Amino acid sequence: MTQAPDTIKPPLTLNTAAAEGLAAPHSPGQLAWRRFKRHRMAVFGGFGLIVLVVFIITGSFFYTEKYANFNAPARRLEAPSPDHYFGTDSTGRDLFARIIYGGQISLFIGILSVALALLLGITIGGLAGYYGGWVDAILMRFTEAALSIPSLFLLIILGKLFGSEIPTLKLLGRTFSGSVIVVILVIGLTSWMYLARIVRANILSLREMDYIAASRALGVSNFRIIVQHLIPNTIAPIIVAATLGLANAIILEAYVSFLGLGVQPPTASWGNLMDQSISLIQRGVWWMWVFPSLFIVLTILFTNFVGDGLRDALDPRRKV
Amino acid sequence: MTTYIIRRLIQGIFILMIITTVSFGLTRLSSDPMAQYTLGRVSAADRERIRKNLGLDQPLPVQYFRWLSLAVRGDFGYSITNRLPVSELIMQRIPQTLVLMVTAEVVIIVLSALLGIYSAVKQYSLFDNVLTGLSFIGFSLPIFFIALTLMFIFAVQFKVWGLPYLPTGADVWDFKDPYELVIHLILPVASLAIIQVAGYTRYLRSSMLEVLSQDYIRTARAKGLVERAVVVRHALRNAALPLVTLIGLDAPALLAGAIVTETVYSWPGMGRLFWQQAGRGDYPTVMAILLIVSTAVVFFQIVTDVAYTMIDPRIRLS
Repeated sequence: MTQAPDTIKPPLTLNTAAAEGLAAPHSPGQLAWRRFKRHRMAVFGGFGLIVLVVFIITGSFFYTEKYANFNAPARRLEAPSPDHYFGTDSTGRDLFARIIYGGQISLFIGILSVALALLLGITIGGLAGYYGGWVDAILMRFTEAALSIPSLFLLIILGKLFGSEIPTLKLLGRTFSGSVIVVILVIGLTSWMYLARIVRANILSLREMDYIAASRALGVSNFRIIVQHLIPNTIAPIIVAATLGLANAIILEAYVSFLGLGVQPPTASWGNLMDQSISLIQRGVWWMWVFPSLFIVLTILFTNFVGDGLRDALDPRRKV
Repeated sequence: MTTYIIRRLIQGIFILMIITTVSFGLTRLSSDPMAQYTLGRVSAADRERIRKNLGLDQPLPVQYFRWLSLAVRGDFGYSITNRLPVSELIMQRIPQTLVLMVTAEVVIIVLSALLGIYSAVKQYSLFDNVLTGLSFIGFSLPIFFIALTLMFIFAVQFKVWGLPYLPTGADVWDFKDPYELVIHLILPVASLAIIQVAGYTRYLRSSMLEVLSQDYIRTARAKGLVERAVVVRHALRNAALPLVTLIGLDAPALLAGAIVTETVYSWPGMGRLFWQQAGRGDYPTVMAILLIVSTAVVFFQIVTDVAYTMIDPRIRLS
């Protein structure tokens, strides 16, 4: 086949802008970061989360934990004032200081229980998706079973199971109620199911791809195929699910502690600051639940914004 | 279709077996039903006799199968804490839970259908934008915050301000008096509605938008139909399909009640019964509620899937 020679000649002047674009290619991470920055609510949410974390951490330099847990019955149930910005609770503890320390515990619980849920969800979803067959059938029925019990019901049973005897723990020079660990376990064990399903669905489609067949032909072990090839390729939905899971974990902590099965005082958490509010509401006490709720709502709102932004940034094919 | 339903039913029974096995193990290990007999007033010989009578001397698997064989025949045994038959305890609560949850569900479905569809038709209008913002916030609000806030404003503060106020639910009141029932229902129903409507409105809005962008809608407009007829006669029918899913997902919750809302408003429903009895280690009651609720979840999932194919012939089950 003959072709007119001039049609394949390169243009005489190179488009410099395009050349620069070629010279500095963007990694998928940079591209995702760009898309994330374009999502205004997500940037706002990320900024809000940073402010919250800074508040919770620096706050503990101004108020000691001993002060936050200090009972002063003489000043119980005081409304917010310049002495106690958020008022005091039913044993006279300063709510502002307790919000700071409670926030540390709530975020700590949120992050660790998401980590546990990630571990369980990725393992179960990964095994089910990769091996298929009866492994898949059993693991997925198990997942469905866990999803068929309303999550608060499951939370209450597990809370009772682990919560019978609770020692106190010492960590980083601070004393915690062991119930913190209980709550982490309980939330982690009740929130892995969606992750498992996402990971399984992704791996089901990925495992049919040629590069997996190539790895197998090269004699790569199943374990390495799952850990090095399949899971890194489903990382985007995992990150999104983990972010939204953090909001969920914080709200679940609040629910169980609100119902009295969660973190036990004197250790504060955003949930257990409110556990007496139902009985005190008749006496016109509003500060005991308004302030903790406000912090919970803000954290959830910001985290959800970030999660939405991450979804758009990491998974550009998906339109919401 | 029949083979599909049979296969789903068998899977469902398998799932229920897993649920009951695991939760039986969990509830029995989490608390000792004999704990209430150690108050010093029961001799060791009596304790042994009670343990034997309750069947607690048998190994756990034996106890489980004994429980299961009675439960499938509708016999849930006796509550450990107040010695009433469990079925009687639950039958007391079911009507009360249904009154609360069904009322809330009707309000939720009607409101979110109206709001969602209207804001899809008026996409990007002021109404739509405000609703989008509000629903994002409503979605992030924990139910206890909504319940406590509504109670504080309309029950506690209205009383202080001398306005007509609603009850907090903490008082003793007569369930059979329609007036009392209605005024006690308002706040819990409103709390449940606010949080659900926020999510459902978004869902129905996006489903309506999807329908409105389809070819047959363009055809309807092209042939000169008034916009009203396009929306009401053509779009609405298909956009209302997701409502079936939502109702199917919610149906089990109608039986299970709402633990937090019932606790805040002292509503004597199933959720609160579960929470209280779990706290007391009353495993027969806890297991009965779990079995009923998870059976409902499994059952309504199948019903929803089947109903969907009947309403929408484009969907095929595999």
